[in-house]
Amino acid sequence: MTTNEQRRRERLDRGIKVRSDGLYALMSWRELAYLTVPRLVLIVGMLILPLVMPGMYWQRVITIVCIYALLAISFDFLAHYLGLVCLGGAFFVGTGGYIAAILNASLGLPPLVTVPVATLLGAMICTLLLLPCLPLRGVYFAIVTLMYPLVLARIIEALDILGGTDGIMGVDSFANRWVEQYTVIAVVLLFLFGVRRLVNLDLGLVFRAVMDNDQAVRASGMNISFYKAIAVVIAAAMGCLGGACLVHIYMWAGISLFALDFSILPIAATVIGGAGTLVGPVLGCIILVPISELLREFGTLRIVFYSLILVGFVVFRSEGIMVYGERKYHQFQRWVKV
Amino acid sequence: MSEQPILEVREVTKTFGGILALNRVSFDVYPGDILGIIGPNGSGKTTLVNCITGFVKMTSGRVRFRSRDISRKPAHRIADMGVTRTFQIMRPYYSLPAYKNLVIPLFSPRAKRTGGWRGGGKLGDRNTVGIDILEEIGFERDSFVPYKMASSLPTGYLKRLELARCLALKPDLILCDEVFSGLSMSEIASMVPLIERLQMDGITLIMIEHRLRELFRVANRVMVLNFGAKLVEGTPEEVMADPSVKEAYFGSEEVEEVMTYA
Repeated sequence: MTTNEQRRRERLDRGIKVRSDGLYALMSWRELAYLTVPRLVLIVGMLILPLVMPGMYWQRVITIVCIYALLAISFDFLAHYLGLVCLGGAFFVGTGGYIAAILNASLGLPPLVTVPVATLLGAMICTLLLLPCLPLRGVYFAIVTLMYPLVLARIIEALDILGGTDGIMGVDSFANRWVEQYTVIAVVLLFLFGVRRLVNLDLGLVFRAVMDNDQAVRASGMNISFYKAIAVVIAAAMGCLGGACLVHIYMWAGISLFALDFSILPIAATVIGGAGTLVGPVLGCIILVPISELLREFGTLRIVFYSLILVGFVVFRSEGIMVYGERKYHQFQRWVKV
Repeated sequence: MSEQPILEVREVTKTFGGILALNRVSFDVYPGDILGIIGPNGSGKTTLVNCITGFVKMTSGRVRFRSRDISRKPAHRIADMGVTRTFQIMRPYYSLPAYKNLVIPLFSPRAKRTGGWRGGGKLGDRNTVGIDILEEIGFERDSFVPYKMASSLPTGYLKRLELARCLALKPDLILCDEVFSGLSMSEIASMVPLIERLQMDGITLIMIEHRLRELFRVANRVMVLNFGAKLVEGTPEEVMADPSVKEAYFGSEEVEEVMTYA
């Protein structure tokens, strides 16, 4: 025997994961904490974020983070639980935003009414417009969702309807900035945990089955377009809700609601945060949106830095923060002698 | 037979571009039958199943199930009526455990109406019903097999899973696209009683097979397809005795072997 002994890395599941996967045997406070602490950190962290922000400006950034987080959850849900790549963040935001602005500015309805109505009505309208491409597989859904915001913005511009290029001004704001921030934070948490619950229901299994293997779903006597439509309603509702909130925050609805940022940034956030984890995209937004604000000082160079960060993530941590983090949390490594 | 056929196929034709995949195929299936469909590779067997179940639109012709025209209906409507199929290339939901694979068909409108396989009325917890169906089809309940990911199951179990997915809908008619192929002799030996049990449960089966020995054991009628057209139809003995079948399909030496097996 030499001193040069062989060693290998061993990975072990930690805590209750080792006992069962799905049936949680809650035996002790330690195990309860193992399950609840990560969730509590997220919830409490989100709730105290506005309080620790240094000023009005950064509090507003947190609000914008939440809007993007809604879009990112919506993208992640459609892409990784239904197999539909949706570039329609801008479409949803624009539709929801304009509906809320019209209801508020023309009919004088308060935000408490306009936001839910814009969410539901916007989701219906978006789904109806996307219905023709739901039976198709492949890139069609992505292309059509990308097309709608461009088309709608041009229509509003060319026909000079809905305020034309000036937009709709004089929209009411939320009662005060605390209401504004805690509304969007509550909404993000609600949808985050709601969608996580949904994808683990039997209906969520059907969604995943449509992604895995739509022919087998058809052979089981189920209309795949119907289930896709349900999922698109849910995803569009999230986007429209974000748009409606955004309009009340900016007190203005304009063509910039159809800006492609709303489509692209959620995708980048999903890449960074971890695809298919739902919470990852939220984290991705919490990282990306403030970074893009910080980089504002650099002017147009901002895009370069921004791209470098993205490339760095894609190359070195393509699985995303959350996937990596979950693995580290659930498993530990040690060196053992061979 | 005085009985009303459960499935009437009339003059079904399918062309892919200039290629005639099915040429005016007509046949009847009666309740409780096991109809075997055989034919050389490329003779249009799978296309026929695709046309009947609505996965491919037929060019012309008519299919009636329980006297209702299903020739232009979409696939999910046909499955909803009780005409289910298995896929030759198995299509499980690979990212789900085997028993969760059955939650999806049990979620369908038909399963909600019928209560799932052997269930009457109300459908209970889908996971439990799923495991019940899997046990019936040959997954050992107390082993790990029903809980394994579909991606890690061997072919034999995947073929059973295909059948289980049909059974979850409480079907009247199952079109089995090569459930025996790719299985070992012992796996087939355990599959044959399963097919017979389905027949006893009152399910009508159409079976596409290349494993003639096992097919002739279970089937009471056999149809031979060649170049998309129906060559012969009859009892297994009649079909084997037919000289045109020998010529088109078996080849001169092979037929002796098949007949001694049967």
